[in-house]
Amino acid sequence: MSAIDMNMPVLIVDDYKTMLRIIRNLLKQLGFHNVDEATDGAAALQKLRDRDYGLIISDWNMEPMSGLQLLQEVRSDGKLKELPFIMITAESKTENVLAAKQAGVSNYIVKPFNAATLKSKLTSVIGNF
Amino acid sequence: MAVAALQEDLYRRIEDLAQSRPDIDPEDIIEVVESVMASISGDISAVNLKLYAEIESLARFINHAKAEIAALRPDEIKDEHLATATDELEAIVGATESATNQIFEAVESIEELGASLEQEHSDKISEAVTSVYEACGFQDITGQRITKVVKALKHIESKVEGLLEAFGQEFSTGPLTSAKSKPAEDDKAGRPDEHLMNGPQMPDEAISQADIDALLGFD
Repeated sequence: MSAIDMNMPVLIVDDYKTMLRIIRNLLKQLGFHNVDEATDGAAALQKLRDRDYGLIISDWNMEPMSGLQLLQEVRSDGKLKELPFIMITAESKTENVLAAKQAGVSNYIVKPFNAATLKSKLTSVIGNF
Repeated sequence: MAVAALQEDLYRRIEDLAQSRPDIDPEDIIEVVESVMASISGDISAVNLKLYAEIESLARFINHAKAEIAALRPDEIKDEHLATATDELEAIVGATESATNQIFEAVESIEELGASLEQEHSDKISEAVTSVYEACGFQDITGQRITKVVKALKHIESKVEGLLEAFGQEFSTGPLTSAKSKPAEDDKAGRPDEHLMNGPQMPDEAISQADIDALLGFD
């Protein structure tokens, strides 16, 4: 029996359509079919306020609102602050990781990544599925 | 030489001139010379002379540098070489994105077909398709790297443009174009995490996923 609702809405955020498609397809293989997309932090924030999501997976380097800014907005929003937030990014300096941690990231995946890493981090954040 | 000494020398030369050129009225010459001398205030000191010599040397150096820079044809570098390089790199990003989408279309079709096969075969196809999805991440990474290079080129372009504007038409064969490209650094002006936007690191500089997990204390 699955420990989590596999039909929960997942929001993926990236300004590269290729990466959105990769993450969407990998999530689909893992059993998540209710996946929505946004191409920057501002658009994602709007979607988060319009609909209830169970998880957000976001890139960092986007304009006009970055993934870190989106994370900060989410954590400071009374309704969204508990939302699991995974950062998937090519920003892999220690200072980046620490800044994300300080902002309250749930987990952090560095690009390029593989399906096993994605599954492992999802399990870590939302539980076994 | 002091001004008084200069005046004495000039008066002597005017007298000589008056004798050799009786058609010229010495009073006219004296009037002109006196007005010139009146415009000089104080003595021309040794320090001033040294300063003038240094400035003259500096001017020669600047002129030489300008000639060398002009020989590099910065107008061509800006309008042709940098512009072409930028266009080519942007075309690479576009082409790889298009090719990656084409790969996706094909692989997604294979994945759909695989779902209708026996479990064993379906699993093998799914595994191979996953591997293709993972590999397609190259487009995102290379795209970000190339975007970094394009921004660097645009920054250089703006500096060359500044050089052209500072030194004027002498560096250019044709009229200067208006500021058609502004520094790329302006794109992110005002973003609080701008200092953290470094993009993909070079392999020998990046930290690994395991390092990140250790840093965060996550699984």
